[in-house]
Amino acid sequence: MNHQTKEPLLKRVLDNPWLLLVLGVLIPFLSYTAWGWIELVLVQPAALP
Amino acid sequence: MSSTLTATFPASPDPAARALTRKCDTTGLNVCLEAERFIKFNAVSAVVFLLIGGIAALLLALTRWQAVHLLRVDWFYRILTLHGLNMLIFWILFFEVAVLYFACTTPLNARLFSAKVAWAGFAQMVTGALMVNYIILKGQADVLMTSYLPLLAHPLFYLGIILVATGTLTGVFNFFATLYVARRDRTYEGSVPLVTFGATAAAIIAVVTLLHGAIVMIPTFTFSMGWTAQPDPMWYRMIWWGLGHQSQQVNVCAMVAVWYLIAQLATGARPINETVCRTAFLLYVLFINIASAHHLLVDPAVGATWKIWNTSYAMYLAVLASMIHGFTVPASVELAMREKGHTKGLFGWVVALPWRNPAFAGAVLSVLIFGFIGGITGVTLGTQQINIIAHNTLRITGHFHATVVGGTSLAFMALAYYVIPLIFRRDFIWRPAARIQPWLFGGGILLVSLGMSFAGSMGVPRRIYDIDQSGAFGAAAHLMLGVMGLGALAAVAGLLLFVLLCVGTILAGERNEGRPMADWGVASTLAGAREGSLADDHWAVKGTVALTAVFLVCFAVYYFANWKALADVWPVR
Ligand code: HEM
Ligand SMILES: [Cu+2]
Repeated sequence: MNHQTKEPLLKRVLDNPWLLLVLGVLIPFLSYTAWGWIELVLVQPAALP
Repeated sequence: MSSTLTATFPASPDPAARALTRKCDTTGLNVCLEAERFIKFNAVSAVVFLLIGGIAALLLALTRWQAVHLLRVDWFYRILTLHGLNMLIFWILFFEVAVLYFACTTPLNARLFSAKVAWAGFAQMVTGALMVNYIILKGQADVLMTSYLPLLAHPLFYLGIILVATGTLTGVFNFFATLYVARRDRTYEGSVPLVTFGATAAAIIAVVTLLHGAIVMIPTFTFSMGWTAQPDPMWYRMIWWGLGHQSQQVNVCAMVAVWYLIAQLATGARPINETVCRTAFLLYVLFINIASAHHLLVDPAVGATWKIWNTSYAMYLAVLASMIHGFTVPASVELAMREKGHTKGLFGWVVALPWRNPAFAGAVLSVLIFGFIGGITGVTLGTQQINIIAHNTLRITGHFHATVVGGTSLAFMALAYYVIPLIFRRDFIWRPAARIQPWLFGGGILLVSLGMSFAGSMGVPRRIYDIDQSGAFGAAAHLMLGVMGLGALAAVAGLLLFVLLCVGTILAGERNEGRPMADWGVASTLAGAREGSLADDHWAVKGTVALTAVFLVCFAVYYFANWKALADVWPVR
């Protein structure tokens, strides 16, 4: 696509499926998966009575 | 009819593309023949899995309806596994691939990137789905669709799911490759149409979904083969819901795209503001997936900050997106209707809608059930504090039968009333029955959802074979299970009618080649009406504003009633 005539930022973002793909994969991976995974790793083994 | 359809996607005449395409006799658009073939394959497979899931649904409902209590205990869990997978995964994913192949070709005047890739994806998906169903029915995978470790199924079960996931991913790849080629070759001008944009959002979410599927299923498969150690059950649950929750958000995007499409086909409605609609899809892409965390709200190994961030603050941006769509779809319809001259009062336009068009009726019911029942219960149940009084009760099942069944499945059924005449090029048989089908299915599922929700409010658990053993439930809970059971009879009848109509039409419907498809009915235009006449009237959508106010009041009442219910758990006197 030709961006010589500057379009508004939002429109450029919306017209770029590859950027959307990257953001769409990255955000849930960081916010849900990576953060959640770290939480699991940090769980301490229960002390046996 | 044909004029509205043509206006939806203006076709550009490109002689080079002719050989492998045909011109649609109804819309004048170019249809890629390869895409058409795979739309057919995927749509037919989807309907077959819907049928399997529907038969299972009947058996389940007649078992949970305690007064009937049909199945034996082992078969209850077997059929529950079968139902979950065939409905939530197979019916939906196959249909979605069909939607994707449509959305990246015809509206863009483009051709499918590769038939070989499409074959590869389809073959994997079918093989996988057959493996899963075989091993479930053989009784070697009674693990429910979530297959939480340490429950263990036969390796074929996991392998089948992996194949379905990689097959879908292959189809999604084909979609993106087609988008790329279409843009490179400039088969269209400017931005992609809204339907394609919505499908792109769905495809992006599908990538996230299927990556999680691969991460969780591959080590579980190798464990089931005895090659590796057992993955941690808590880790399994977390990654699994990256698959299980998000596959539903793929549907949500596809469903919303279908709403816009059908609104336009049946009433000529155009989104009031395209940028707002697209931005709402963008919010889905960015924020809807993290809500997977609501499945872990009572799991001890993840902290409150993670839970609340992922299910509330950040996720409400995705809820906002749903509310934007829920407003703009009816608003655009209202505007179109008023411009057609249906201006009487607040709701005169509602009366004049093409209710006899099954695609339109199905789409309206889908918006209403998804928004009023699915959406309101979803936000409420997904609140960390409230979740504790609802987790693992039938309220959850009641919620998602309003979203994935009353919302998505009904929207997909509605779309079929256009897909079959346009792609299979046969007009529907038994049209009077088709006109009532959405009402039967939608009304039935409404009762199912309400019955489950109220029973759940009284504490009836989900995934339980026999609630009478505990002796804890009285007549009211049983009554609600009866409501669910009666609703299920209607919904399954609607589902079977749908399958019958589709199969009957594909086999024996009258061919419509060389002429436009038989019209289902569109909104009429009154004398003196002028398109665009209300473009500057800020109160042109007052009916929708009134409906929205009703929605927000319902939402607030339900939400606060639940906080009250939570507070009542520990009364301080
Ligand atoms: C024909 C209408 C349908 C009826 C009457 C129906 C009924 C039921 C019933 C009675 C249950 C068991 C609840 C329990 O005991 O926990 C259930 C579970 C479920 N249904 Fe449906 N259903 C229908 C359609 C669908 C569709 C179309 C989908 C998906 C698109 C779906 C997805 C599910 C899922 C995911 C579960 C949970 C499975 C589990 O707990 O493992 N259902 N349904
Ligand atoms: Cu979810």
